[in-house]
Amino acid sequence: MADVISYREAVAEGIAREMRRDPNVVCLGEDIGEAGGVFKTTAGLLKEFGPERVWDTPISEQAIVGAAMGAAMTGMRPVAEIMFSDFLACCWDYLANEIPKVRYMTGGQVTVPLVVRTANGGGLGFGAQHSQATENWAFTVPGLKIAAPATPADVIGMMAAAIRSDDPVVFFEHKGLLAAKGAPVPPDHVVELGRAAVVREGVDVTLVALASMVPVALKAAELLSGEGVEAEVVDLRCLVPLDVSTVLASLGRTSRLVTVEENPYQGGWGATLVSVVADEGFGLLDAPVRRVAGECVPLPFADALEERVIPTVEKVVAAVRGLAAY
Amino acid sequence: MEPAELLAAYEQMAVIRRTEKAAHDLFLQGLVKGTTHLAAGHEAIAVGASAALRPDDYVFATYRGHHHAMARGATPEECLAELMSRATGLCKAKGGSMHLTKASTGMLGSYAIVGAHLPMAVGAAWSARLRGTDRIAVAFFGDGATNIGAFHEALNLAAVWKLPVLFVCENNLYMEYTPIADVTAVARPAADRAPAYGIPGEVVDGNDVVAVQETVARLAARARAGDGPALLEARTYRHFGHSRADPATYRPAEEVERWLKHDPLDLARGRLIESGVPEAVVHEADERATTAVQKAVEAAKAAPAPDPDEALTDVWADGGAAWRT
Repeated sequence: MADVISYREAVAEGIAREMRRDPNVVCLGEDIGEAGGVFKTTAGLLKEFGPERVWDTPISEQAIVGAAMGAAMTGMRPVAEIMFSDFLACCWDYLANEIPKVRYMTGGQVTVPLVVRTANGGGLGFGAQHSQATENWAFTVPGLKIAAPATPADVIGMMAAAIRSDDPVVFFEHKGLLAAKGAPVPPDHVVELGRAAVVREGVDVTLVALASMVPVALKAAELLSGEGVEAEVVDLRCLVPLDVSTVLASLGRTSRLVTVEENPYQGGWGATLVSVVADEGFGLLDAPVRRVAGECVPLPFADALEERVIPTVEKVVAAVRGLAAY
Repeated sequence: MEPAELLAAYEQMAVIRRTEKAAHDLFLQGLVKGTTHLAAGHEAIAVGASAALRPDDYVFATYRGHHHAMARGATPEECLAELMSRATGLCKAKGGSMHLTKASTGMLGSYAIVGAHLPMAVGAAWSARLRGTDRIAVAFFGDGATNIGAFHEALNLAAVWKLPVLFVCENNLYMEYTPIADVTAVARPAADRAPAYGIPGEVVDGNDVVAVQETVARLAARARAGDGPALLEARTYRHFGHSRADPATYRPAEEVERWLKHDPLDLARGRLIESGVPEAVVHEADERATTAVQKAVEAAKAAPAPDPDEALTDVWADGGAAWRT
């Protein structure tokens, strides 16, 4: 076993582990076979599992996700790749109207055990149509589970849980984290969906982050520590199930909340989380809640512009400093 | 079809016709809410195709899908109870008219977003093949669906992967209120698209249950044998408007009259008499259908409303709806 594994390698490893243990797991998507995926997140799968389990598709997002749905309803556990999460819009009917509703509207007659994997987020200069953090899109639709891991170990553990789930899971792999490295992951590593992780303990403020915003929050916490402010960092890991309990427990220790979200402030996931905190945790708070989220503009191309839009360590630090008065 | 088989098909069509009429009447009585898209006139397509399929094949239908649910074993009572918002409905009153589903008999749903279920049928056919079965999948859809992207994506993928799936277009000449010919670049909205995907495209009289059964049987055998998908355009005509709100006044009287004279039940009845089945026997089938649907209406009316808390079940596979800790 290698000393370290990258987030990118963890995606392929996470899928491969499940394909080894369950012959009903099959993959489909654009360029996922011989090419190993445009982000190399399916590298090696075709070689190990062959063309009957790893299927290259045409550029047909509706057919990819629709076929995955039909296969899931009839006994398979398909793992569909949508190359960039922006392209979820091309098959949004399946994620908004079909997959999350078919079990419900048939009175529980069918299940849809599928995973839609997709490369999410900005920071790589791909412009407005290949850079969005779209996890909040999925968060508007009851009936989808939403996973967004921040580390290689969580990629493997949450991929296992997602593929084994009898419910549909949208699995956001962050483009900005693909090169991130972590410790190798033991066999049978499973991270239950809906369990947030306290990745840094602190007593002064809780930073709740997701995916690429977790390392941003951790760096901000380090800087703040130098100023005598100890931030607790919660990696939410999933939006559905949303682990409100872990957030409320953390607020019981810190009394201050800052969300760190890559998706736009407008309609971002933090709005729902904060509304629950206002409803159920108001008495825990000693300060206003702050949301550090994406600016409400399309993602621009140039680095200087993109950094202006996406949350940065500096923006998080500034938001926390602003709470010092309370 | 043997006479006995044709008689059974006739009776099934008679049950569907009467159920649709009952749905119409119950709507007017205020007992069916929302809308309905009645399939009266389309019966031969569902019944003929069903007669050609195996019980373990997969069927996907549209919001105009009552006939497909019943052709695959849903009872008139289950269907009417669903339309009437009863706890005993086919989908526990969570689906309604547009989503009739009977998964236990392979009828995997009625979908109300035009064309969405064609890729699903492709996926079911893919799955059947991956699991080493010789099952096939069939997607039924309207002529309007031939102009939506999912139709084209599904046909291409099914052809490229050579999957055992049949695409059956119920061409009733109108996409909602507009003649399909006015908005489609080719004369035959489904069949003329098949050559673009290198698959067989055929046209059949969708009101002739025998012709439908024979054509579907031939294309199904081909798909089952591994020769890939096919596209069948079954010409038919609605007896009602597009939906409950539509009196269908845009259809020329002469056209309506011509099609009503080409009714699927009349055609089947004529074939039965021709093949020597006594009129009294056909009449008995009609009577049985009438009685069955009357009983179904009464049973559905007597069934209870759902428990409101039922609304908070069946989101997830564990039966619940919890989205947070």
